[in-house]
Amino acid sequence: MEYTLKETPALETQTLEVSLGPQHPSTHGVFRMDVVLDGETIVKLKPVMGYLHRNHEKLAENMTSYLASMPYTDRLDYICSMTNNFAYALAVEKLANLEVPERAQYIRIIMAELTRLVNHTLLIGFLLNDLGAFFTPILYAFREREKILDLFEDVAGSRMMCNYFRFGGLKVDVTSDFIPRVRQIINKYPKFLDEFEKLLSENEILMARCQNVGVLPKELAISAGVTGPMLRASGVPYDIRKVDGYSIYNRFKFRVPIGEKGDVYDRYYMRLLEMRESIKILDQAIREIPDGEYISKIGAAGARSPRTFKPPKGDAYGRIEAPKGELGFYLVSDGTTKPYRYHVRSSSFINLTILEDMCLGHKIADAIVILGSIDIVLGEVDR
Amino acid sequence: METIDQVFVLAKRSLMTWAQSFLPEWSTIILSILISVTAIAVFGPVTMMYLTLLERKLVGRIQNRYGPNRVGFWGLLQPIADGVKMLTKEDIVPTNADKFAHFLAPVVIVIPALLIFSVIPFGRGMIAVDLSIGILFFLALSSTTTIWIFVAAWASRNKFSLLGGMRSVAQMISYEIPMVLSIVPVLLVVGSFSTVTIVEAQSGWNWFVFTPWGVVGFLIFFLTGVAEVNRTPFDLAEGESEIVAGFHTEYSGMKFALFYMAEFMNTFSISAIVATMYLGGWQGPWLPSWVWFFIKTYALIFVMMWFRGTFPRLRVDQLMGFAWKFLLPLALVNLLVAGIWTNLSTPKNNIVSLIILVVTFNLLYWANRPEMPKKRTYRYAYADE
Amino acid sequence: MFGWGVIKGMLVTLKNFILSYFTKERLTTVQYPEERLPVKERFRNFPFLIYDNKPEDLRCVSCDICAKECPPKCITIVRDSDEQGKPLKRPKVFDIDFSICMNCGICEEVCPFDAIFMDHEFELAKFGRFEDLNYRKEDLLKPAEHFAKIRPQDAARIEAKRRAKAQPATPETKTQ
Repeated sequence: MEYTLKETPALETQTLEVSLGPQHPSTHGVFRMDVVLDGETIVKLKPVMGYLHRNHEKLAENMTSYLASMPYTDRLDYICSMTNNFAYALAVEKLANLEVPERAQYIRIIMAELTRLVNHTLLIGFLLNDLGAFFTPILYAFREREKILDLFEDVAGSRMMCNYFRFGGLKVDVTSDFIPRVRQIINKYPKFLDEFEKLLSENEILMARCQNVGVLPKELAISAGVTGPMLRASGVPYDIRKVDGYSIYNRFKFRVPIGEKGDVYDRYYMRLLEMRESIKILDQAIREIPDGEYISKIGAAGARSPRTFKPPKGDAYGRIEAPKGELGFYLVSDGTTKPYRYHVRSSSFINLTILEDMCLGHKIADAIVILGSIDIVLGEVDR
Repeated sequence: METIDQVFVLAKRSLMTWAQSFLPEWSTIILSILISVTAIAVFGPVTMMYLTLLERKLVGRIQNRYGPNRVGFWGLLQPIADGVKMLTKEDIVPTNADKFAHFLAPVVIVIPALLIFSVIPFGRGMIAVDLSIGILFFLALSSTTTIWIFVAAWASRNKFSLLGGMRSVAQMISYEIPMVLSIVPVLLVVGSFSTVTIVEAQSGWNWFVFTPWGVVGFLIFFLTGVAEVNRTPFDLAEGESEIVAGFHTEYSGMKFALFYMAEFMNTFSISAIVATMYLGGWQGPWLPSWVWFFIKTYALIFVMMWFRGTFPRLRVDQLMGFAWKFLLPLALVNLLVAGIWTNLSTPKNNIVSLIILVVTFNLLYWANRPEMPKKRTYRYAYADE
Repeated sequence: MFGWGVIKGMLVTLKNFILSYFTKERLTTVQYPEERLPVKERFRNFPFLIYDNKPEDLRCVSCDICAKECPPKCITIVRDSDEQGKPLKRPKVFDIDFSICMNCGICEEVCPFDAIFMDHEFELAKFGRFEDLNYRKEDLLKPAEHFAKIRPQDAARIEAKRRAKAQPATPETKTQ
C-alpha cells in the first residue's frame, strides 16, 4: 500500500525523519523504527532489529548435548518459557521418535494453556500502556498472573525460566496440590476477565483509538506468513492446535475465534476470547488427567546423562501454536550428540515484517499501538 | 463558628494592627499586599508538593498497591525527597538548543499559575485581590501558558519536543473556545466578572450546577479544564509512551520541577475556579466556608486523578474533533438555553431548557455518528465440534 | 448512551480503590524487607555442595560430569592428588562463577552421587565484580541438615535412595 504526499503547490513542505530509537518507553524492548513523517502522518517506516541478538542458533549447534540448549530456549520468548520448551521437546521427539506417556501429555497441555493465559493478560496490559492508560490495566493483569507464576515456581523451580520439559516427558512430576490450585485459578479467572472487559472493551476512548487502525487484509496476511492471533483477527481460521493436532489437542473441545476486519481492536479482542477458550481446555484437562509416569524410560536415561542422547540421522520440524503465533524448531541431526543445524522459526520476527504496510497513512501515535498489537518480544525477534 | 470561619481574616487583621504600631502610615497597603502575597506564595508550592503525593497514593490505591510510604510516615516526606533529588540533578542543556529560551520557558510558565491564585475566593472575605474583572483575568492568564509550552518545545531543538509542542498548542487553542463559552452563561446570570459576586449569587442552595444549563456548563467547563491542564485523557503533549516526554523531554532537574509545579498548580486553580463558578464556591451549611471550598476543590481534583488512573489517551485528530464538533456547538446551545432560562418563569424554564438540551445532544451525537466507535460481535470457527 | 462505556470503566476503578482498603486481595503489595514471602521448596537459585558429617566428608568425587554438562560452563573442577601424585576421589578446586551460572539446575539432575543441589539463597549481591562473584569450594560446602531443612521432600527421597543403595553392601563389608 503506497502513501503519496499531498501535492500542495502553494506550500512547500518537508518531511520529518524521526528515529523511534532503541531507547523508548514503548517499543517493547530494544527495537528501532526509522519513521518518515509528513506532519503527523507516516510516509515510510523501516524497522531495525538486531539489538538483542544473542547467537542462540549457533550456540545450540556447539553445546555438549541436545538437552543443554533447553534452558536457552526458555530465554527466547522470555514471557512464555513453557511453550518454547514444548516446541523444542516436540521437535526432538519427532527427530528421535520418542513416546511420551499420557500423564506427561496432559501436564504439558495444562502448562501450555496456562502460559497462554499468562501471555495474553500481559499483552493486553501492555497494549493499554502504549495507549496511555497509566499502568492500571497492567497491574490488574499482573495481580492475576502472579497466581499462575507462583504455580510455575512450585512445580518447576522458577517463575520465568522454567526449564521443565525433557525429551520424552517432564523433568519432575507435579506437586500434590497442583490440580486443586489450577482449579482454583480457573474458577476465579472468568470473573477477572469480566472485570477487565468492563474496564476496557466498551471504553469509547479505547474503541476510538483502536478501531480501523492498522488494518491487515486477509490476502496480505496469508502471503506474508503471519500466524497466530494476528492471522485469525484478519479472518483466516488457522490454528495449529486444530490443523496439526500435535500432542493430544484433538481430544479437547474448544472453539477458535475469528475476527472481521483485522484492525487493532480485533487483535485485542481475539486474545480476550482465546483466554476464555483456554480456560475451557484447562477445565477438561484437569478432569481427565490420568496417573502414571511423567517421563518415558529412554527420556529418563537421556535426562540423566544427556551426552549419551544421540538421535538418528535426519531432520524434523516441530511447531506449536505458541501464544504469539507459530513457533517452530527445525533440527537436522547427523547422528552425534549435537545438532548439525538448529533453526528457530519465531513468530514475532515474521509477524514484524508487515509493520510498514499496516502503518502507512496513520499517525505516529498509531504506529506505537500497532506495534503493541503485533505482540513482539525482542528475545524472539533477534534470538 | 463565626471565628473559625473568619480565622484567617482575623489573623491577618491582628498581624496588621501589631505591625502598624511601629511602622509608618504609608506602609499599610504595602504590608497588607505583602501578607496576602506571602500567604499565596507559601500555599501554592506546598499545595503542589502535596498534590503530587496525593496523586501517587491515589493512583496507587486504584492500581492495588500502596503509593510511596517509605519516606516518612505515610510517605509525607516524599515531596521533600523529590525536591532534593530535583535540585541536585545535573542540569543538561542540549548543545544546539536556544539557551536563553530554554532557560526562560520553565521560569515564566510558573508565573500565570501563581497569579491565578490571587482571584480565587478561598472563603467568606478571603480573597487576595477582589478584582472586578476576576474571571477575565483568569481566562487571559490561562491562555498565556500555551506560548511558553511552545517556546519550551522549540528551544529544545528536538523532533519529539517539536511534535509535542505542536500538538499541545493545537489542543490548548481548540479547548479555549468551549471553555470561554461555558463560562459565559454564569456571567450572563450573575452580571459581573468578579468571583466574589459570582459566589455570593449562589447563596443558599442555588448552586448553578443544579440548573439545566448548569449541568451541561459544568461538564463542559470541567472537561475543557482538564484539557487545558494537559492531563489524561488529554495529555498527548507529554504523552509518555509515544513521544517520550513531549515538550519537556530535554529538561532535567529544577527546570523539570518547575514545569511539574506549573501543571499541578494549574490543576488546583482550575478545580478551584470550577468550584467557584458552578459548585457555589464557599457556600454551604454548618461548616466554615473555607472548609467547604477545600472539600469541593479536592473532590474535583479527586475526579481528575480518577480519570488519570482509568483512561487511555486520545489521539490528536480525535481530540480536536471532540472539541470542535461536539463541545463547541453544545456550548453555544448551552448559552442560548441559559438566556432562555433567565427570561422565563420557574416551572416553564426548566422544562424548555431540558428539552432543548436533550434535543441538541442527540442531534450532535447523530451528526458525529460516522466517527463514533461501534460495538462488534465475533464468530467462531470449529464451533460445532 | 454516549459515554456509558467510559463511566463503566470508572466504576471498576472506583471499586478497586474502595476495596483496596478492606480486602487483602486488592492490595497485593508485600512490604519487603519487613515481610517476606516463603520460598517454595523446588526453587532453584545457586548450587551448593553437600557434606555428611564433617566438611572433609563431602560427597563429590570430582567426576567432572556436572562441569561437562553445565550449559554455560560455569563450573571448574580440579581433582585432588595425595603426596605421591595418585589421584584421589575428592576435588581440590571446585569453583562456580555466579556471574555465569544461569540457575538451570542441570548440574543437580546429572550428578550420579547426589553431591550438588540447588540452594534457596537469593540475597547474594556483592560489591566486587570479579573476585567476589567466584564461589570457591569452601563457600559452597553446606551440611546435609541444611539440605533437609530447605527441601524436606527431596531430602527424604534422596536419603531413602542412598540407604537402599547402601543396604546390600553392609553384609559384604561385614564379612570382609
